[in-house]
Amino acid sequence: MLLLAPVDVLNDLLLKLGLSADAIRHFVWPLIQIGLVVTLVALWVAYATYLERKISAFMQARLGPMRVGPWGLLQPIADGLKLLTKEDFIPENADRWIFFFAPYIAVASAFIVFSVIPFGPDWAVIADVNIGLLLVLAVSSVGVLALILAGWSSNSKYALLGGLRSSAQMVSYEVAMGLSLIGALMFARNLSLSGIVAAQGADSIWYVLYQPTGFLLFLISGIAENNRAPFDLPEAESELVAGFHTEYSGMRWSLFFMAEYAAMVVVAAVATTVYLGGWYFPFVYRLETGGHHNLYVLVSTLVFLVKASLILYLYFWLRWTLPRFRYDQLMDIGWKWLIPSALINIVLSGFAIFLLQALDGYRNIRTIESIQNGLNLTATGKGIAIAMGVVGLFATAGLLARINWRSRDFNLKVQRRNIRLVNVPKGKPAVQPGS
Amino acid sequence: MHQVEIATTQETLLDSPEMVLNMGPQHPSTHGVLRVVLRLDGETVIDLDCDIGYLHRGMEKIAENRMYTQIAPYWDRLDYIAAVSNGLVWVETVEQMMGLPVPPRAHYLRTILTELNRIASHLLWLATHALDIGAVTVLLWALREREEILKVFERQFGARLTCHAWRVGGMPNDAYEDFNKDVRQFINNFPKRLDEYETVLSENRIWLSRTVGIGVISADDAIAIGLSGPALRGSGVPWDVRKSRPYAAYADMDFDIPLGENGDTYDRYLVRLEEMRQSRRIIDQALENLPDGPVNAKLPKVVKPPVGDYYHSIEGPKGEIGCYLVSDGTAQPWRVRVRPPSFINLQALRQMCIGHLVADVVAIIGTLDIVLGEIDR
Repeated sequence: MLLLAPVDVLNDLLLKLGLSADAIRHFVWPLIQIGLVVTLVALWVAYATYLERKISAFMQARLGPMRVGPWGLLQPIADGLKLLTKEDFIPENADRWIFFFAPYIAVASAFIVFSVIPFGPDWAVIADVNIGLLLVLAVSSVGVLALILAGWSSNSKYALLGGLRSSAQMVSYEVAMGLSLIGALMFARNLSLSGIVAAQGADSIWYVLYQPTGFLLFLISGIAENNRAPFDLPEAESELVAGFHTEYSGMRWSLFFMAEYAAMVVVAAVATTVYLGGWYFPFVYRLETGGHHNLYVLVSTLVFLVKASLILYLYFWLRWTLPRFRYDQLMDIGWKWLIPSALINIVLSGFAIFLLQALDGYRNIRTIESIQNGLNLTATGKGIAIAMGVVGLFATAGLLARINWRSRDFNLKVQRRNIRLVNVPKGKPAVQPGS
Repeated sequence: MHQVEIATTQETLLDSPEMVLNMGPQHPSTHGVLRVVLRLDGETVIDLDCDIGYLHRGMEKIAENRMYTQIAPYWDRLDYIAAVSNGLVWVETVEQMMGLPVPPRAHYLRTILTELNRIASHLLWLATHALDIGAVTVLLWALREREEILKVFERQFGARLTCHAWRVGGMPNDAYEDFNKDVRQFINNFPKRLDEYETVLSENRIWLSRTVGIGVISADDAIAIGLSGPALRGSGVPWDVRKSRPYAAYADMDFDIPLGENGDTYDRYLVRLEEMRQSRRIIDQALENLPDGPVNAKLPKVVKPPVGDYYHSIEGPKGEIGCYLVSDGTAQPWRVRVRPPSFINLQALRQMCIGHLVADVVAIIGTLDIVLGEIDR
């Protein structure tokens, strides 16, 4: 493997310098990994802004950035330079220290999560923590603190309203987000993100097939959790000017922006890991059996990046298509739709697994192969689980529709009206309404 | 109008459940320099007051010191989104006061161009209204169509936005050579594009939940406040100056007036969309029957309407634009008064907003389709 020859050379060099093999394995390589991941994510975030502008331009019959570099490819770099050289302005009546630190909390909480994301097998993951998914949820929920602090410390009413909205929104959608993941965890029997990918690999299936409801719920609550359109109320431009970051400018503002995009990447990465099989892809394992280990890792990482980018594309697509929800409607969706659906999904997933276990061994039906590496199902078992998933999707939708039948926003299509066309005779004064 | 007490005695924001939020004059969605002082309980609007006048230029006073023909360009700057319609109300008032015989070709061209302007104005309304509610893509789509109209204006009048379109007695010049072709091309492509906007918005759940039942005003209230234009017709009142007191060539045209039922934001949205379709119908007919002949009446050396007063109004894109003119027989008017539709429509804002949320205030300002150039004059 020519491409990765320098890796061995570096390893030898460090050994010759007198570092012990242990120190290299536990200290030097993780640092290199962290450097690589931070660079990769920063680039990904920067080019996500570029892609967003290009995709929105494509949807809106425009060209998007075209001037800096070929097809505007250097635009993110130019933007970054511009923001770095801008004045770091702090309003006079702001709470200076909180105002100063809030953006760092936002960025840190978004970037720390990447330490447990499995970009690929083997060396492509920094730390394989056995409570990986809990860590993701816990750390990313610290991000809301940054928004509240920023909104409060700015001493501006728009920022305050934005901060309040964001705290209410993120707290309520975090519940739905956490609950929606539980169904998939029942199948994976594991909280480590690498373990979840391995469970899907061992079972040769993506959990989106077992858990269509969970996947949808996770995506919706993820979008809301990231404050992206159509749930972008905390920064609703037409109402709150810029929401919680109204008073921020220059690099500090761009840190919030980076945090937002990094959080999007996190949700896309977690969705990929839990529901879309992570870096696992059919036939890629042949590289491993063919002896090209490092190439296998690289290709798997690429697979992961492509899958996550597709989910990011969904984000852009939604943002440039849908209008924005109102605050009360947002809360309605969170508490009346997403959380009950997530709870129903947990019950139905539990029932599906119970059914699989009950059927196993009944009249020579084999459903469960092993529970060594997640829940490994036989072909019959997979069929039952997928059918249960699809049935669950409709059952949840039906049940929720029944519960919310009487709410105002439910039957909007029926509420839609048509207008009358009247032809007033020429030259006659118009008729007054019969009141 | 009710006065909101802006100065509050509370020490901090937490001492009171109420908060006074100053929206504007610099705000992304107050459509210019409107300042709205909101009194909020959480996000619910308890009370609001509008503060206007940031764009006051003294148009009516300026008009007292100008010749009748010199005043026309000032009128184009009232509602700068619909310069063509605004110019028309001035020249028609002077013409009708003097009894000038305007040639039919000029009347037909005026009809075509004001209807084009109505479409352009409604497109800009659609763009900004959708943007206020968060649908960004519609903005650029609508501006794309508006661009086609502005190209026609540029070739006809020499300007895209503040076009000085008319002269007292007719038009400065005849339609340019490819005028027919350009306008035909636009009206042929337009319905397809309009359907496209409808697919994005009219059936959209979020759009419906943001507009249905928001900013309701009953027909009686609408008449009491003096609303006009789509804001009035959205409440179901069949009042359209083009039908009731036809001017230009509208008496010869066959078109319908769209009427809403509930007078909410969604009805006004549908009414404006349908009005664009009807405008297209009018343009189609006027182009079909465009007579030949001169475009200018014979004018005296100095335009001097007889002593007396006169009121004339036309149906602008935002409502009834009126002009009340008092002449003392000299070459300059003695007093001019404009009836600006946006100014009067804005009076409904408080009644429509109270009890709704902050996000709805933005939607309601959008649905009233105000232009501050006209409100402040």
